[in-house]
Amino acid sequence: MRAIPYIVQKEFLQIFRHRIMLPLIFVMPVLQLLVLSFAADYEVDNLRLHINDLDRSQASRQLVGHFQASPHFTLTGNGAGGAGQIHRGEADLLLEIPLGFNRSLAKGNRAEVQVAADAINGVQAGLAQAYANAIVQSFSRQFSGPTRGLLSIETANWYNPGQDYQTFMVPGILVILVTLVGMFLSGMNIVKEKEIGTIEQINVSPIGKGAFIVGKLLPFWLIGMAELSIGLIAGRLVFGLPLAGSLAIIFVFAGLYLFVVLGFGLLISTFTETQQQAMFLAWFFLIIFILMSGLFTPIESMPPWAQALTKGNPVAYFVDVMRLVLLKGSGWQDVQPHFGVMAVYAGAVNTLAVLNYQKTN
Amino acid sequence: MITAQNLSKAYGKTTALQEVSLTIQAGELFGLIGPDGAGKTTLLRILGTLLLPDAGTAFLDGKPVVESYRAIRRAIGYMPGTFSLYQDLTVEENLHFFATIFGTSIAENYELIRDIYVQLEPFKNRRAGQLSGGMKQKLALCCALIHRPRILLLDEPTTGVDPVSREEFWAMLQRLKSHGITMLVSTPYMDEASLCDRVALMRDGQVLSTGSPQSLIEAFDRPLLAVQADDTYRMLTDLRQFESTYSAFAFGHAVHLSLKAPVWPELVQSYLLNLKHTGVSVTPIAPSIEDVFIHAE
Repeated sequence: MRAIPYIVQKEFLQIFRHRIMLPLIFVMPVLQLLVLSFAADYEVDNLRLHINDLDRSQASRQLVGHFQASPHFTLTGNGAGGAGQIHRGEADLLLEIPLGFNRSLAKGNRAEVQVAADAINGVQAGLAQAYANAIVQSFSRQFSGPTRGLLSIETANWYNPGQDYQTFMVPGILVILVTLVGMFLSGMNIVKEKEIGTIEQINVSPIGKGAFIVGKLLPFWLIGMAELSIGLIAGRLVFGLPLAGSLAIIFVFAGLYLFVVLGFGLLISTFTETQQQAMFLAWFFLIIFILMSGLFTPIESMPPWAQALTKGNPVAYFVDVMRLVLLKGSGWQDVQPHFGVMAVYAGAVNTLAVLNYQKTN
Repeated sequence: MITAQNLSKAYGKTTALQEVSLTIQAGELFGLIGPDGAGKTTLLRILGTLLLPDAGTAFLDGKPVVESYRAIRRAIGYMPGTFSLYQDLTVEENLHFFATIFGTSIAENYELIRDIYVQLEPFKNRRAGQLSGGMKQKLALCCALIHRPRILLLDEPTTGVDPVSREEFWAMLQRLKSHGITMLVSTPYMDEASLCDRVALMRDGQVLSTGSPQSLIEAFDRPLLAVQADDTYRMLTDLRQFESTYSAFAFGHAVHLSLKAPVWPELVQSYLLNLKHTGVSVTPIAPSIEDVFIHAE
């Protein structure tokens, strides 16, 4: 155990010896945070809209005006031939206002419009239809007036009133950045000693395996925590990330979470002989963890078996805790189950990794 | 100081060591001589507590390698066959790191490595990966010595090193003897055997013979002839058919022929001339350690 500080010192020396590493560890994540948070936006703007107004009445022109006023749509054409436009990929949505639209409305009858969307990109098509629905509904409310007693829905988005996607994404992206550092760098760092053969020299020294592992992982634990701090500061300054809850909860949870991720890195290093293999295996876990973390697709929309799988996904827990604490202001009590699961996870992964590490020699 | 008793080790179906027994005295410079695949590295790794033997026992400094591996690791210095220091750390940083993990400092044992380190000192801020082959080996030796081990295990320290550096390296080992360090060195180079106090000749996981280089040469009691002819390869096959031949091996441009009993060189010459060989010359020679090795059964 006495040797741990020397190993940590050596690791930091090696990590920062390479000129690329400092920017790689600290600048790149911030860049990623900026790029991804601005880019990973579920809102779709400037959908190309083709309108075929067969009615050419006052009401139909009014409806068209509503669409034109929306930031979500750009009018790219009108008249017949909308289907062809969609077919050629020149329009995303087709709105057809039938003849007699104005007359039906004036009589107080049901009026219909037809909306067709290019559903090659399912998410975009769904959003386009939702936007179109919203516009048509607001139009009909306005046209018929509140006296008609139409049922209307008022929505309120709690904890993220403006449904600001950056507020929603930034905590999740921070989790991914911390995970990347923990899993990739730690796993590859240990395998590197095997690959280059330096582990032989360590093995004939009096350093115990426990001290070696702690000495190798501790630097990445520290870097992971530093990365989280930098990310939170950047998120606060650039995106105005709300800090509704206690940062202490975030950091304590992150510390525990990093144990899990570093344990995964260690486990990977016991199965692999080269950095290439370690990279590949780490990527296998990461892609599953990230895509099934609820960051990009809501866990609730997954099939039941996939929802069950996310129960074993540490990334999902951290994303959840980040959102709960930062956006909702949840306290210790609220995230207690998350802490419990993470503690069990940390114990299990690290026990497995250490047992397997010992077996390999 | 080092005792191995019937050590055996197999990797799957490949036998790497077969009942190897050795005794190395304190302060000895002992050579393990043999070609690649003879089992030298396996033996050194077992003695260095890096590998568990399948059967047999070994003692270093009176302690069993398997049970007392922790104590042994403090007492030995091990230099693996491949360069395994941190290439991205400088000469000084490597040395400092290995000193600290053994709980010592460069200053404390400086006089032990001084002879070697003075040659490295001009490059002390250079990264280990950028050193020449000979310099790398010197640094590796310094790192293996920095905790003042009583026993030094060196796995092919001169393989891939230029002849001048090889000579220097052996001179360093000779000087280390004066510090009372017991050294076990493996090498595939037969000519390095004469630099050792005693050697063990190894082949196919077995020790063929053990002794001082001189005594091994003296124990070689078969007459030995160096035979040359224009067509070396045909001559070799013909010599192996010769009735008095014990064994015949190519040795550079010549064939070294060991005989079952003394035979006049002229007899060999006329045997070859009868087989239409040209440019034949036959000379009695004194055996070298390589002859001892090649012609051993």
